[in-house]
Amino acid sequence: MWNVFRAELTKLKRPSLSLSTIAAVAFVTSLTTSLLFLLVDSPEGNGERGVRIGRDVLALPSGVTISFSNAAGLLGIVALCIFAAQTAQEYTYGTLRNLLVRQPSRMKILIGKLGSMKLFAIAMVTFSALLAVSLSYLFAGVKNIPTQAWGTQDAQIAVIQTFINVLLATIGFGIFGMILGLLFRSPISAISIGVIWNLIIEGLLSIFVTNIDRYFPGQLLSIVATGGNERISYQYALFTSYGFLLAGLAIVAILFKRRDVAN
Amino acid sequence: MSFPLALDVADLSKKYGDRMALSHANFEVPMGSICGFVGPNGSGKTTTIRMLLGLITPTTGSGHVLGESITEPEKYLPNVGAMIEGPAFYPALTGEQNLTVLAKLGGFDTGRIQGLLDLVDLGDRGDSKYKTYSLGMKQRLGIAAALLPNPKLLILDEPTNGLDPAGIQEVRALLRKLADNGTTVFVSSHLLSEIEMISDYLVMLRLGQVIFSGKTSELLAKQQPVIVAKPENRSDLEKLVKIATSAGHTATIIDESVHVTGESEFSAKFNKAAFEAGIVLASLTPVRASLEDTFFEMTGE
Repeated sequence: MWNVFRAELTKLKRPSLSLSTIAAVAFVTSLTTSLLFLLVDSPEGNGERGVRIGRDVLALPSGVTISFSNAAGLLGIVALCIFAAQTAQEYTYGTLRNLLVRQPSRMKILIGKLGSMKLFAIAMVTFSALLAVSLSYLFAGVKNIPTQAWGTQDAQIAVIQTFINVLLATIGFGIFGMILGLLFRSPISAISIGVIWNLIIEGLLSIFVTNIDRYFPGQLLSIVATGGNERISYQYALFTSYGFLLAGLAIVAILFKRRDVAN
Repeated sequence: MSFPLALDVADLSKKYGDRMALSHANFEVPMGSICGFVGPNGSGKTTTIRMLLGLITPTTGSGHVLGESITEPEKYLPNVGAMIEGPAFYPALTGEQNLTVLAKLGGFDTGRIQGLLDLVDLGDRGDSKYKTYSLGMKQRLGIAAALLPNPKLLILDEPTNGLDPAGIQEVRALLRKLADNGTTVFVSSHLLSEIEMISDYLVMLRLGQVIFSGKTSELLAKQQPVIVAKPENRSDLEKLVKIATSAGHTATIIDESVHVTGESEFSAKFNKAAFEAGIVLASLTPVRASLEDTFFEMTGE
């Protein structure tokens, strides 16, 4: 399993993937942070779905983490795309047969792959957190928002909690991508179905059907990233979303173990 | 067989829906040999190789690779190198990085990579991305990857595809050198002339069935040699047939020549008889059947 982990890291470290991921993470983090601070006085709102997050809220110890947790949904989509592509490309390139000749235990391949991609997700979320906090200070200065509370111990705790929540959400989205990659065996199909499902199907149905977001893994993972809300608790969101994901992962793992590798 | 076997397959079958990709195959490959695995496209070669490598599950039958059952590939695959259905690598990685991925995966020494790249004549292109490689270079990288474990058994599926004549000759020499050092080579190809040159053992497939397995020399020895006589005058063809048949040989006219079954020793007698009958021969050539001729005769194609 350790061998699979090391081999997968060699693939994940390739400049084309690393640089494009850095660019994507920088873009989504900068976008959510700049919108949050620069539109703070806008009557249309500066948060998700037109929510207004005022200066007083941003000045709280937790204010430094808001832009980062707002970026979680988009970070999740980036993770979904990477996990799906890294898994499904083994079929389209025909490299799965090479992997299985060198490591016949299919479960070790799967676990090693997942482990390496989780490490990649940790690096991604860490970069996003550092960028979000830095940009928050920058934009707070621009918009004259007080930041004294951001240096307190409460703020440090909030940053750590948000980091863990965003990481759990991002990895969750990644696992969703991996499930789709194993199921559809094509990066394009897996990514397009994953993105359409999360952004359009889940997003639209959640707006029009009351409480349906309680049963959607993508919506629940977004709630995990924000630490829960008044309708859905953090614990419920975490256990239900990961319950769905682990069940899905178990099903595709069985398929992966039993399916003939004929391409 | 009394000698140790690298491959041993008994009643092995694979069925996809209603189609039988491989039907009750039985064959053995002795250790240290170069075994040609031949058959037309779609005859079941790749399916068999995939079963030997644990990639697909047989419908029925059993097999052993290096003495271990194919149901437990983890026991023998560390000693097996393979290239299945052409090379497959990550386009965005360099040749060297691709080999590093596989070396790390198998727990092999990454220090061998440069030596292997040199061996397959890619030493100066190891740092180029795989997507920039020509077909021949991709094929050579596939062979290098197969050699990563320093294998006891090397399984290659069409290794000379895309190679130029010099490259084909190099691969042939490499396979011979590996076999001389004790590696068993199981090489599939539809290029029968290529296989004839390198293999000392043969497994022949047709429509998913094994039609021959054994020594190449034994198979070729079964074929009757032919003497091809071409008279200067076309009207002498019938006379030549009569001369051959009266001497107890079978003769047929093909194009402007008479094909007489018989060992090359008969050539002198035949030439003399033709001369005495006033026939001038433009050419008289003893021909031994090639693997290709044998294959077509056996398959009736």
